[in-house]
Amino acid sequence: MQRFTRPIFMATIMFFALSFPVFAGKLVIKGSTTVLPIAQKAAEAFMAENPDVKISLSGGGSGNGIKAIIDGTSNIGNASRFIKQKEVNLAGIKGVYPVPFRVALDAIVPVVNPKNPVKNLSMAQLKDIYLGKIKNWKDVGGTAGKIVVISRDSSSGTFGVWKDMVMRKERVIPSALTVPSNGGIVQAVAITPGAIGYVGLGYLNSEIKAVKVDGILGTEENTLNGSFPISRGLFMFTKGWPTGDTMAFISFLLSKKGQTLVKQAGSIPIFEL
Amino acid sequence: MKRQSIDNMVRSGFLLVALFSITALLLIVVFLFIEGIPIFEHISLKKFLFGHFWYPTDDPADFGVFPLILGSFCVTILSGMIAIPLGVMTAVYLAQIAPQRVAQIVKPVVELMASMPSVVIGFFGMVVVAPFIQQLFNIPVGLNMFNASLMLAFMAIPTICSISEDAIFSVPTALEEASLALGATHFETIVKVVIPASLSGICTAVILGLSRAIGETMVVLMVAGGAAMIPGSIFDPVRPLPASIAAEMAEAPFKSEHYHALFAIGMVLFSFTFLFNLTADYISYRFRQVGEASL
Amino acid sequence: MINKRLRTQKVSFFMLKMAAALNGMALAIIVYFIVSRGWQAISWEFLTQQPKDSMTAGGILPCIVGTISLCLTTILVALPIGVASAVYLSEYATQGKLVRIIRLGINNLAGVPSIVFGLFGLAFFCIVLKMGVSVAAGGLTLGIMTLPVIIGASEEALKAVPNPYREASLAMGATQWQTIWKVVLPVAFPGIITGSILGVSRAAGETAPIMYTGAVFFTPDLPDSIFDEVMALPYHIYVLATAGTEIEATRHLQYGTAFVLIALVFGMNLVAIIMRAKMRKKLRT
Repeated sequence: MQRFTRPIFMATIMFFALSFPVFAGKLVIKGSTTVLPIAQKAAEAFMAENPDVKISLSGGGSGNGIKAIIDGTSNIGNASRFIKQKEVNLAGIKGVYPVPFRVALDAIVPVVNPKNPVKNLSMAQLKDIYLGKIKNWKDVGGTAGKIVVISRDSSSGTFGVWKDMVMRKERVIPSALTVPSNGGIVQAVAITPGAIGYVGLGYLNSEIKAVKVDGILGTEENTLNGSFPISRGLFMFTKGWPTGDTMAFISFLLSKKGQTLVKQAGSIPIFEL
Repeated sequence: MKRQSIDNMVRSGFLLVALFSITALLLIVVFLFIEGIPIFEHISLKKFLFGHFWYPTDDPADFGVFPLILGSFCVTILSGMIAIPLGVMTAVYLAQIAPQRVAQIVKPVVELMASMPSVVIGFFGMVVVAPFIQQLFNIPVGLNMFNASLMLAFMAIPTICSISEDAIFSVPTALEEASLALGATHFETIVKVVIPASLSGICTAVILGLSRAIGETMVVLMVAGGAAMIPGSIFDPVRPLPASIAAEMAEAPFKSEHYHALFAIGMVLFSFTFLFNLTADYISYRFRQVGEASL
Repeated sequence: MINKRLRTQKVSFFMLKMAAALNGMALAIIVYFIVSRGWQAISWEFLTQQPKDSMTAGGILPCIVGTISLCLTTILVALPIGVASAVYLSEYATQGKLVRIIRLGINNLAGVPSIVFGLFGLAFFCIVLKMGVSVAAGGLTLGIMTLPVIIGASEEALKAVPNPYREASLAMGATQWQTIWKVVLPVAFPGIITGSILGVSRAAGETAPIMYTGAVFFTPDLPDSIFDEVMALPYHIYVLATAGTEIEATRHLQYGTAFVLIALVFGMNLVAIIMRAKMRKKLRT
């Protein structure tokens, strides 16, 4: 044991001695879980082409992303909703000028368990379910059973858009389960027969079933032609006009290569590929 | 003389370092208060503690933490109902009945339980236990108070067990021998002599175990359901205090109302665990067994 | 008459035995699930590669390195302060108000919820001391959290040093400090190390204190300095299982990461337990 103390000691000293902050390119990206698949694919591709840039990615919700920009703890803030007035005011107080870049289009699709026979819900029904006024599936044309309402935490941009467009600013019932991400909703709805939730387009898969809204299915086509009622843009915010690596990354994402990755991630590119 | 002054300096040095723990504790309290108090300029303490609605990002926001406090309490009490009997019974077994070789296996098992990372327990609860109890009890969803209590019990049992075991172990043998000499069976001795003698230690163990349960974050974050509602049944989802802080901290803009509200929740949580610890300290000091005569 | 009481005893003892066995079963069930489902994910690639393809493939090397860096920082912070505090309490302190206050501080520090440590770490280390999200901030937070454990274990180890050792040293003319440094500490050293290993193994598995102070979702390159953010094993399990982009597809990786984490934690515990058993044997002879 004694013989090892010296080398271990030296190694530890070296580790901390070499801890001078290295000034290679570094990019910190935080925010929306809806934008996360896009950001992750883009980060991997970007780092493959630019090996001296280190990208660090976090989720946490659109609220996190915008806050990180304002507080200066990240270079890019992902958001699946536009910046709120409150946040703009806060940014102004701190002398920060948030610049939005729309990197993709997306739709929010209500989803239910594959065993659920319900195929279509109106906007009014969706709102009443999340208000707690409709409690049983038989009231909307399904088989009798309690509706398990699943929603997102307040930091979520997806939740923010849902609140604006579907809830018309009214509050979701407190007994709704909350999950921290789009992935969490998929997971919860997939194993709960009576559940209902909502996710971005990129998260639709075979474990859950998409429900039509007012008779319209949530697809790329219906979002682009405006017929699907719950659609939105996906944004990346920067602190002031971006420069350096931040600018390079955003330009990459807005290029044809980047938009192909957007499509691979399941969202809708902002221009025709 | 020089040696003596060096010695004195060293002694003072050590004292300074030893004060570090209490300094850290004070710093934590100070920061919680500095960042938490500002919320009470927007909302009264009464409305904060007893308000029924937690909508921190609405315009205007609502900061009532009563459902969160109730969620924490219910989960803790329910987990106590599972953990206290199991923990104390295991402690009695280890201290009184188990043969040496069996004890040598069971004790490390309990220690390993204690070192199981909380995120793994939460992961297990989310992925294995939730679907299981959903099917078993035919309930709508498996992420609820019951699931959280089960997993928290797993975390509290080692604490309760090891501290109780120490207490039971340190009951003077003279007391047990006297009881047996009077004709009591071993079991009757345990129930009527040993446990009452070690009651203060067992109470301390229980309080510390519950304190651990109420402060545990990852398990309740992943498993309790996240619904800020007042529970109607043990299969309802709840949103205990630590889960709210962990879920919302990253999005609350620095020094915003929401930020201060979360620190205020931290204050409430800290007060609870502080009270628990103070009570445990007091009980173990006041009612400690000091020799056979004080029984 | 005695038979009824003996029967009661038999039944009750059986129930007590069952209670103890239940604990073992619960532990075994959890370990079984993690091991059986995580085993398939373990490979040389898993342990030495970065995550790829939106983390559905590749490995968890950055997480392993991150957790180890955090543990090293934790020890660097908690060991000196913890041992020094324990030395004061065990060797120098006299019964009095000051000692009671210090003990109160230690006991209550031990009871602080992990998320409150996270809050404090965020407010103090990340923001006030401007360390940002980094190994330094995360390690300091974990260090303060581990302090009570190390103090407790060190004090026990120091108390276990027989008094005759100290008396003999003082009788030969050594000062108290010389006695501590040359006699007491070396004898207590194995016990201190054992306790520290147990404390650090606890820190390795903690998520809440590092969620906002040190760990991030995805940063595939290894940290260059202690002021970088890192990935960490417990945090990785949490994000893959709740906030990831492909929760079902990465399920086997979640189990695999959990497997690696509990292997690390249990491994450290085993080392400590074996060391302790060896020491006990030594003291008995």
